[in-house]
Amino acid sequence: MLLGAAAIGGFLALHLGSVAYARGPVGSGGRLTPQSFIDAFQHVNGVHRGFRRNHAKGVSVTGYFESNGNGADLSRAAVLRPGRTKLVGRFSLPGGNPTVADTAGANRGLALAFGYPGSGQWRTAMLNIPVFTVNSPQGFYDQLLASKPAADTGKPDPDAMTQFLAAHPEAARARDVIKAQPPTSGFADSTYRGLNAFLFADTAGNATPVRWSLVPMQPIGTAAASGAGPNWMFDDLITAIRRNPLRWRLMLTVAEPQDDPTDATVAWPPERRVVDAGTVVLDAVEPERRGNARDINFDPLVLPDGIEPSDDPLLSARSAVYAASFRRRAGETSGTPAVEAGAVSR
Amino acid sequence: MTDEPTVNRYSPSVRVLHWLTAALVFTALIVGFALANALADRTVLLAVHTTIGALILVITIIRIANRVRRRAPAMPSTVGRWERRVILGSDVAFYALLLAQPLLGWSMLSAAGVPVTVGPIALPPIAPVDAGLYALLRNGHSVLAYALVALISAHVSAVLLHAVTLRDGMLARMAARRWSTVGSR
Repeated sequence: MLLGAAAIGGFLALHLGSVAYARGPVGSGGRLTPQSFIDAFQHVNGVHRGFRRNHAKGVSVTGYFESNGNGADLSRAAVLRPGRTKLVGRFSLPGGNPTVADTAGANRGLALAFGYPGSGQWRTAMLNIPVFTVNSPQGFYDQLLASKPAADTGKPDPDAMTQFLAAHPEAARARDVIKAQPPTSGFADSTYRGLNAFLFADTAGNATPVRWSLVPMQPIGTAAASGAGPNWMFDDLITAIRRNPLRWRLMLTVAEPQDDPTDATVAWPPERRVVDAGTVVLDAVEPERRGNARDINFDPLVLPDGIEPSDDPLLSARSAVYAASFRRRAGETSGTPAVEAGAVSR
Repeated sequence: MTDEPTVNRYSPSVRVLHWLTAALVFTALIVGFALANALADRTVLLAVHTTIGALILVITIIRIANRVRRRAPAMPSTVGRWERRVILGSDVAFYALLLAQPLLGWSMLSAAGVPVTVGPIALPPIAPVDAGLYALLRNGHSVLAYALVALISAHVSAVLLHAVTLRDGMLARMAARRWSTVGSR
């Protein structure tokens, strides 16, 4: 009897212990989980049911990518062969507040899903900054908590930010690089960058680290101070797309052996080879609703054959946190998005 | 005890598939829980998890076909009528879960509009693209994972109780011949 109890106890301890270890928090030693990030976003921004926990404010766009085939030497991905691929995308502002007022200084996001929802899909979420602000999941987490607006001033606590930058010198360096590039007038004339490096694999299996960016073909205006109403930057975008399709060149920057593909805070030298792979054309815009970009998780690990993740630790972490956010919001009833495309259609 | 010669074993192929399933399911569960709760190594974890899930689906279909064609060997006399019913129910629950869980994983990715690949093979979507449906299927995938953890706990505990305490050859039905004396003496 004792032997039986011991055998069963031993098995259960092993079995349930493994499960508890794999799913946390048992034995996790306070490690960061996707849930930690969701909690931190909600701590900083409040809970906005049905919205993304980050980049909550946005609009859905559609269009196509016209590949010129120049990227096919680097990657065997079908999307880079000459031809047209449909796009669903989303312009957004960072932060978890879906009604945040547009400001010229805030980062601007453009996420694209090439060929959604078919096979050979390529999803990417880009920002209009030259390098990313941190290079590790812990750095992102610390930065998020340090940026929480204080209750009295509505601005981040300067001491917390100073402490964060002291603890993360890579973030301080990145901040200087970002500050050196002033923002353009709005979404339409911004350059968007994938920031993380990916491995482009050709038909022979050779893999080359590549970073991609979208360079606007619209004339670049000067930085707008602020427009009319809380949605002025989105309104400008909607007006622009309704007037003319907006175009960007998809540029592939090819690393040299000395370039680090795992550190998103460091720009590669400007003399690196850049391949113009084709044109991204966005010709329709609509508010977020069921079935459009609202319902896409722009997971950076949804990649076609021929594009592989690099060892940059941010990629896996982004994928994990996006998945947790998507699971949450997909099961919630969404509020009305702040940006109503119809409101500025005139 | 004297029932050593009367142990009714499952056929070798059934036993092999059972233990293979046990190893695969345990791995898929642990990798799956890690996948849902870790920040690192998602590409590898997802590839392992989906490949094992697809294997479990194929093996489970074969096992169900085996079970329908051929009845399970008789149980030891220590197993009463009610316990037989519980065991049969547990077997049915196992087959249902092992069939449903890979299909849920496949359909939840389909509902998210994410292409599903097993190694080099691209699988077709088996559910419409719909975020609300995704949330439902995704949560269902978690619920069934915990149901499997619970059912495995009950199943192994019950067999160990028979094998170690009652020593009635219950484990020997599924064990290799060399092993069979452990549970039956």
